Amino acid sequence: MPNYQLSHLKELESESIFVLREVAAQFENPVILFSGGKDSILMTYLAVKAFYPARVPFPLLHIDTGHNFQETLDYRDMLVEKYGLRLIVGSVQEAIDKGEIAEEKGFNASRNNLQTHVLLQAMEQGKFDAAMGGGRRDEEKARAKERFFSHRDEFGQWDPKNQRPELWNLFNGRKNFGEHFRVFPISNWTELDVWQYLAEEEVPLPSLYFAHQRPVFRRDGILLADSPHIPRRPEEEVFTTTIRCRTIGDTTCTGVWESTAATIEDIIAEVAISRVTERGGRADDKRSETSMEDRKKQGYF
Amino acid sequence: MSDLLRFTTAGSVDDGKSTLIGRLLFDSKSIFEDQYEAIKTASERRGEEGVNLALLTDGLKAEREQGITIDVAYRYFATPKRKFIIADSPGHIQYTRNMVTGASTANVALVLVDARQGVVEQTRRHSIIASLLQIPHLVFCVNKMDLVDWSQSRYDEIRNELEEFTGKLDVNDIQYIPMSALKGDNIVDRSQHMPWFEGSTLLYYLETVHISSDHNFIDTRFPVQMVVRPNTDEFHDYRGYAGRVAGGVLKQGDEVMVLPSGFTSRIAKIDTFDGEVEEVFPPMSATLLLEDDIDISRGDMIVRVNNQPEVTQDIDLMICWFDNTQPLRPNGKYAIRHTTAEARCLIKDIRYKMDINTLHRNMEDRQIAMNDIARISIRTTRPLLVDPYRTNRITGSVILIDEATNNTVAAGMVI
Repeated sequence: MPNYQLSHLKELESESIFVLREVAAQFENPVILFSGGKDSILMTYLAVKAFYPARVPFPLLHIDTGHNFQETLDYRDMLVEKYGLRLIVGSVQEAIDKGEIAEEKGFNASRNNLQTHVLLQAMEQGKFDAAMGGGRRDEEKARAKERFFSHRDEFGQWDPKNQRPELWNLFNGRKNFGEHFRVFPISNWTELDVWQYLAEEEVPLPSLYFAHQRPVFRRDGILLADSPHIPRRPEEEVFTTTIRCRTIGDTTCTGVWESTAATIEDIIAEVAISRVTERGGRADDKRSETSMEDRKKQGYF
Repeated sequence: MSDLLRFTTAGSVDDGKSTLIGRLLFDSKSIFEDQYEAIKTASERRGEEGVNLALLTDGLKAEREQGITIDVAYRYFATPKRKFIIADSPGHIQYTRNMVTGASTANVALVLVDARQGVVEQTRRHSIIASLLQIPHLVFCVNKMDLVDWSQSRYDEIRNELEEFTGKLDVNDIQYIPMSALKGDNIVDRSQHMPWFEGSTLLYYLETVHISSDHNFIDTRFPVQMVVRPNTDEFHDYRGYAGRVAGGVLKQGDEVMVLPSGFTSRIAKIDTFDGEVEEVFPPMSATLLLEDDIDISRGDMIVRVNNQPEVTQDIDLMICWFDNTQPLRPNGKYAIRHTTAEARCLIKDIRYKMDINTLHRNMEDRQIAMNDIARISIRTTRPLLVDPYRTNRITGSVILIDEATNNTVAAGMVI
């Protein structure tokens, strides 16, 4: 008998494609939550594969905090153009200007939490009944318990103690009026899987992931990019060094890493021997032991 | 090329399951420094002695507060040979439904046995669930051997007891490994304390166990997920059937039958984003194009003419009941999902309830509540295309959904 064996990356790809197609089949108006990070890039790329040669049957929704790296926005627009995708932008700045939400104060102020309001509002306005996110179970302990199809009530809340059992490859996307689902097609991928796959498939990536010179400063042991959006304390001095991003979020909460990894192969080598998780530089996760769970319950990604 | 192995672990607070997982992650260098620091700080805050590795897997607030695992947690690690996905489930009887969930996709089940206690009720329950869910490989991890002085006679005693009981189970491959997760004996490295044990270490077993034949490569089954119609100039008449192979091998040129309609055709082309392929097999996702124009939609199945699943509205199932608010309603109606098909069904008969600790069939008690396992008969509103769960875990499984709450209330396996 021939060797009918799939590599783990091909098996993960196949599983994600299956989930993406289930979303298209089970929901009326799904949307991809696009952050500009490698996970949402991977998810978008897998969606292109899942429906080929037809176009991706759902739009991308980007929640723009107004504090994004310019490279993220450029890359997003390039991707949309290349695959003929539809893009919807939800603006945190607009919501602040309208007085719907208030900016956090202090040195560690971040618009990260403010995204939830804009996200839920964009979901309502677009009448989206399923929002796909690039969350992975290996990222964070609350995410380790997340389903592929994750039910949200009419307030967008997650009830981790009352999740629907998910067995085999049978996904239950039934819901009542006003409720929606968060779907995580790349749940089973690890950080290393993502990089290995992106390398194997030669997917172009935002320049932020590769080593470059940037003015930075150090806060609580984490390097942050110098940006007009982050007020510095007097003792925090800016210096220029060679860094890269391991995750890409808002400028205010994304720690950057001293690294000389200039190619995707360098990155894989770096990730493979890394002793700190990629979210180790995320200030938003460090607010408390269960900050991710708390944010997710309210409707965060 | 490394492949992917999914395994499930089930156990209670004290049998060393968290230590075992912690050991596998730690020794394969899959615990990161910041994770380790975070659980170290959390352990100290709780006033616990040492670092509580269980905090790695107990991610939810309620779990941390109560010191118990409520839900299935997924953990990942890799060695140069394989990538592993652990579905870590709580072992207490009230979480049978989570164990069933974790077991549904597993290639291997690890059942922990405390060498001091030997076979207990929970050991039987976990093994029965592994057998019921048809996990192909079962490993009994006889743990805490350090606490019985690495005694071969104690191990033999436990193994004999296990063998007596596993004779009744329906599992092909059963292994027994004496170990100490705490001391690291026979997990990654061979034990210096138990030279009498000639089998492999746990990690070696997990890295080498043959799993590619866990899929069914004989009976061709391709449930159609959706129809791909680009409607563009370039692909004007393109009509592809997208799905994931659930069984057998499909090749270009194969004569196939579409169920339930019964029309036959040939596979003109197997398409993927990366180009045409000659053949596909489980668990690949692909898009099939047929030579003839046939009306096919989601929920239909592409099979071989001379090898078909049963097309039936009357199905016998073993179910595990999940709903904590209501018991199974005799004569009740539920939505049912099978592969990519959805229908409604009527509960015609509750045949018996199974005692999950002894395999005893109770014909008297037909009250099926949360975590109960029962055999039932149903009738569906339209024919489903089913195989026995024993021959195909994908085409032999269903879920029942309460139409009022939309909750998944039962998992079912076709008999």
